[in-house]
Amino acid sequence: MVTGWFAGEGDDFRLLGTRCSACASVFFPREDHHCRNPACLGGELVEIPLSRRGRVWSFTDSRYPPPSPYVTDPELPWEPCAFIAVELEAERMVVLGQAAPGITVADLAVGLEVEVVPGVLHEDAETTWTTWHWRPTGVTGVTGVTGVTA
Amino acid sequence: MTKEVAVLGAGMHPWGKWGRSFVEYGVAAAREALADAGLEWPDIGAIIGADTVRGGYPGYVSGAAFAKALGWQGARVGSVYAACASGAQAIDAGRAQILAGLADVVLVVGADSAPKGFFRPAGGDRPDDPDWLRFRILGATNPVYFGLYARRRMAQHGDTPDDFAQVKVKNSAMGALNPHARYRSRVTAEEVAASAVVADPLRLLDICATSDGGAAVVLSSMEYARRLGQAEPVRIRAVATVTPRYPNTVLDLPDIATDSAGAVEPAGETFRRSIARAAYEEAGVGPEDLSLAEVYDLSTALELQWYEDLGLCGEGEGVKLLRDGATALGGRIPVNVSGGLASFGEAVPAQAIAQVCELTRQLRCVAGDRQVVGARVGITANQGLFGHGSAVIAVR
Ligand SMILES: [Zn+2]
Repeated sequence: MVTGWFAGEGDDFRLLGTRCSACASVFFPREDHHCRNPACLGGELVEIPLSRRGRVWSFTDSRYPPPSPYVTDPELPWEPCAFIAVELEAERMVVLGQAAPGITVADLAVGLEVEVVPGVLHEDAETTWTTWHWRPTGVTGVTGVTGVTA
Repeated sequence: MTKEVAVLGAGMHPWGKWGRSFVEYGVAAAREALADAGLEWPDIGAIIGADTVRGGYPGYVSGAAFAKALGWQGARVGSVYAACASGAQAIDAGRAQILAGLADVVLVVGADSAPKGFFRPAGGDRPDDPDWLRFRILGATNPVYFGLYARRRMAQHGDTPDDFAQVKVKNSAMGALNPHARYRSRVTAEEVAASAVVADPLRLLDICATSDGGAAVVLSSMEYARRLGQAEPVRIRAVATVTPRYPNTVLDLPDIATDSAGAVEPAGETFRRSIARAAYEEAGVGPEDLSLAEVYDLSTALELQWYEDLGLCGEGEGVKLLRDGATALGGRIPVNVSGGLASFGEAVPAQAIAQVCELTRQLRCVAGDRQVVGARVGITANQGLFGHGSAVIAVR
């Protein structure tokens, strides 16, 4: 679904962005066609892994199930899903993601250190859609499968 | 000398859940605006519609839809889509035709029948659409972004959920005085606190609803207004439609990430601030000249952000301005005396035009119980998806 947005397993799991070889601008989601820096004449866009850890810029949750195209199971009661917007120091950018399963807004604070971990967005009989989650560092718990994007 | 256009007429269809076609609301608003201007539809040289994308199909080309419903009469036509900024950009397109001498008098219309519940992208797999991606991959609805901004304010400035609730208390009190508003009862802070959490820390009564509604204005050249005997009409003096500057460092709808500031130092001001600054510069006025402001209170917390972005107070001082009563009716700079989106709800292509309708009534001093005494200068501010923002400054 989002080919090339992340890769790796376990501690090697990373979000993938691209970097302009002319001006060093970093893009996530990846920009593969044109550098978006208006002052840049354009260079080759090279894939790079983003920092694995960052700090919470802000957080919230969704107490009602989001509409499609988000996939929810109508048979199951909706479990509020937390979101974390994470400031990556090296890249000087903020990346939004779902919090790892079991993490609620009560576990979060602006400035807290979090790390990116692999997760499962959705699965059915044939396919598992993988994604990234943010999780406070030092917390271990459920992690999803990794690797394949569908 | 700033170039101005006259607002000859303003009209609205009341907001609510009426279940009818957007064309019906737009035509009702247009007829009211024409009557207010003392003009007939065949007098109009150009019509600009603010588009609706109900169902995601970008084919509700509203300029022609309204023109057909009013009766084809050969006017120039245009249609504008800019999400929440559609109405202001439709006004800008009409204004540009007048200032370019292409038309003397222009009708600008926006209307919608909004679906119930969360706004959502069109169907089909569209992984090249950032709006589709944020729903498919994250399930990040609009209130999720409002919740992020609200929580950030709490961490940065010490705002509290009760501060946010006080915005609703203020706006609902003013909306209760507006016959076009959908919600016309006053809301207490206790009622806000008792409503369900939608996106922590925001509750149902912190977030605006979706609604049906319509709004229209008739614009003309100053010379045309004089010929009609309107020596001192309300005038539009600025319409800001600037885009952000790279790198845009505040996470905006519908993006999953901000631009990186690693290679290019960000400008000293945020996108929302640049929208207001462009309007002030074009109009030759500043925040100290304002009599009132109509801003997009998509959430209560977002209204506080606009106070700061419009320069009504310093950064982080939004709550103090609210608590001091400055932004209430009778205060130094009343904000959302119409009742705001808190009282109207979102009818996306109509609401930026509705803001200008409110400025027009206020500047004519015909706003009844919600009149801002001696109103001379007003600003509207809004922000659409995908880097669209707009602000309109009107004067009397
Ligand atoms: Zn570059």
